[in-house]
Amino acid sequence: MSAGSAVGERNAWSLRFWVGFAVCAVVLVVLVPVLNRAVEPNSPVAVPDYLVPLLGKYLCYAILALSLDLVWGYAGILSLGHGAFFALGGYCMGMYLMRQIGTRGVYGNPLLPDFMVFLQYKELPWFWWGFDHFLYAAALVMLVPGVFALIFGWLAFRSRVTGVYLSIITQAMTYALWLAFFRNDMGFGGNNGLTDFKDIIGFDLHRPTTRLGLYLASAVGLGIAYLLCRFITNSKLGRVLLALRDTESRVRFLGYSVTNAKLFVFTVSAVLAGIAGALYVPQVGIINPSEFSPANSIEIAIWVSVGGRGTLVGAILGAGLVNLAKTWLTSAAPEIWLFILGGLFILTTLVFPRGIVGIFRQLRWTRPRAQSPAAPPLAVGGSGAAKEQA
Amino acid sequence: MNASSAPHPTGDVLLYVNGVTVSFDGFKALNELSLVVEEGELRTIIGPNGAGKTTMMDVVTGKTRPDSGEVFFRGSADLTRLDEAAIANLGIGRKFQRPTVFENLTVFENLELALTGSRGTWRTLFGRLTQEGHARIAAALERIGLAEESGKPAGALSHGQKQWLEIGMLLIHDRQLLLLDEPVAGMTDRETEETAALILDLARDRTIIVVEHDMAFVRSLGARVTVLHEGSVLAEGSVEHVQNHPRVIEVYLGR
Repeated sequence: MSAGSAVGERNAWSLRFWVGFAVCAVVLVVLVPVLNRAVEPNSPVAVPDYLVPLLGKYLCYAILALSLDLVWGYAGILSLGHGAFFALGGYCMGMYLMRQIGTRGVYGNPLLPDFMVFLQYKELPWFWWGFDHFLYAAALVMLVPGVFALIFGWLAFRSRVTGVYLSIITQAMTYALWLAFFRNDMGFGGNNGLTDFKDIIGFDLHRPTTRLGLYLASAVGLGIAYLLCRFITNSKLGRVLLALRDTESRVRFLGYSVTNAKLFVFTVSAVLAGIAGALYVPQVGIINPSEFSPANSIEIAIWVSVGGRGTLVGAILGAGLVNLAKTWLTSAAPEIWLFILGGLFILTTLVFPRGIVGIFRQLRWTRPRAQSPAAPPLAVGGSGAAKEQA
Repeated sequence: MNASSAPHPTGDVLLYVNGVTVSFDGFKALNELSLVVEEGELRTIIGPNGAGKTTMMDVVTGKTRPDSGEVFFRGSADLTRLDEAAIANLGIGRKFQRPTVFENLTVFENLELALTGSRGTWRTLFGRLTQEGHARIAAALERIGLAEESGKPAGALSHGQKQWLEIGMLLIHDRQLLLLDEPVAGMTDRETEETAALILDLARDRTIIVVEHDMAFVRSLGARVTVLHEGSVLAEGSVEHVQNHPRVIEVYLGR
């Protein structure tokens, strides 16, 4: 991410970038598995089996953070409902995993999952059809959040709902889904959600090698998601998004369809969040309505703002660091965790608006050699429409 | 820089505004406004505050929908039914009163977005800047005197430089009709002069409507003047004609 060549164009795909990407990929995809499988378990550098799904979970959170950063950091759409897309993807995967249990459930029903037998379902509801096929489930993991975001986004962006109003209706969206999924007669297991998974495409979910496989799938997923986001944000469309984040009406007068551009990133972002959810569920072994809780979605925004919104690396870093702190603090001092989380958000908003990545960039730019442009001012998400009325 | 260098209208109607009324909470910002602008014309529109100048521009660019009346571009495109992006793509460009450049993009990238080309979401995702595009951006940078600032974020430019960048963005985008809202607001005398020269230059191959307060500037453009008052046309004609018009003197110049 250099400051730009002589003509003002940025080269996003330089050799330097690929070297950095390759180093990260080797650490995640080669080093971690080697330290897990090939090193003596009591060696100090070994990655113990219990840590693998935890790392996998962080990688899923990183994909989720990337997806939010794509819409918030680059297009100024502060979605506080991204947890819903994550959960929708997760439920699709959960439904597949439920169907894989087959006769091994407590009731031994070959067709109906346990909770349906318990609730006296006579037959499989139509929306569960096909979920015994992995490819069908994998397609719906992307389609369900994608189509949902497309419809929701179309209604919101077409009516030019921006800024804080959009944030509020996304909160309302995830809240509504939260309440809906709690209901037993929705057919998704109600309060308990979906759990007791046995295996995925024939591999036993409790075996360390399967867990390592899921971890690797998450790492590859993160890599692909990162490259995709980088491609989008460095295309001309990425510049249209940055432009509309700052002054939406001006972009319209240049002849670009703001609605379509927003709808595109919002949908892509929802699909990424759905994939993250689908990778997450088999690693944690459960999906229930609490994933839809409004607070979850707000937490994602905190990861991104701590890491540095508007920078893809920042989103990944933020998701990793905040969750690391969460894992540690919720066991060491659970009563203070929420205060720390809230404090972090206030601190980054007031003092470090560009997050951790922003701090590093500022340090680099204050060195004498720097003739790079000043740090771009903090963009307030979608406030462009506020000054429209003459 | 006088009337003799003014552009020559071809006689074809480019913009046709008929009986347009816009009211905000009962206040009529435009009241049965009718206006015809010919192709190739340079037109200045003056009027006191609240006369409806900005609302008129909002209606033409699709930002505001009129309550009644018709607005046609090139005789066939009904501007009251199109949105801003569609109207922009018909070839109508607008420069706002305050300079609005994209502060977080570089000067180069600002011009790139304004460059003629496909506006589709898909095309912008996969499209690459052509050699010709590069050349046109370079030429525009040269013309507005910002070649040195190409890689700078536009937010780091001075007020005057932002105005020039915005004019550069209009330049690079082939538009048949430009609407300029107070293009010299906040400019020094010298900058005002240069802007007048640039507008006259631009007007040689497109139609321009300038909304302005500054009478000296209006005089220096030497174009046909329309005077708006309380949402409708009060007078129209040469600078001399409207300056001697008794009603105009009463409501506007006389103050």
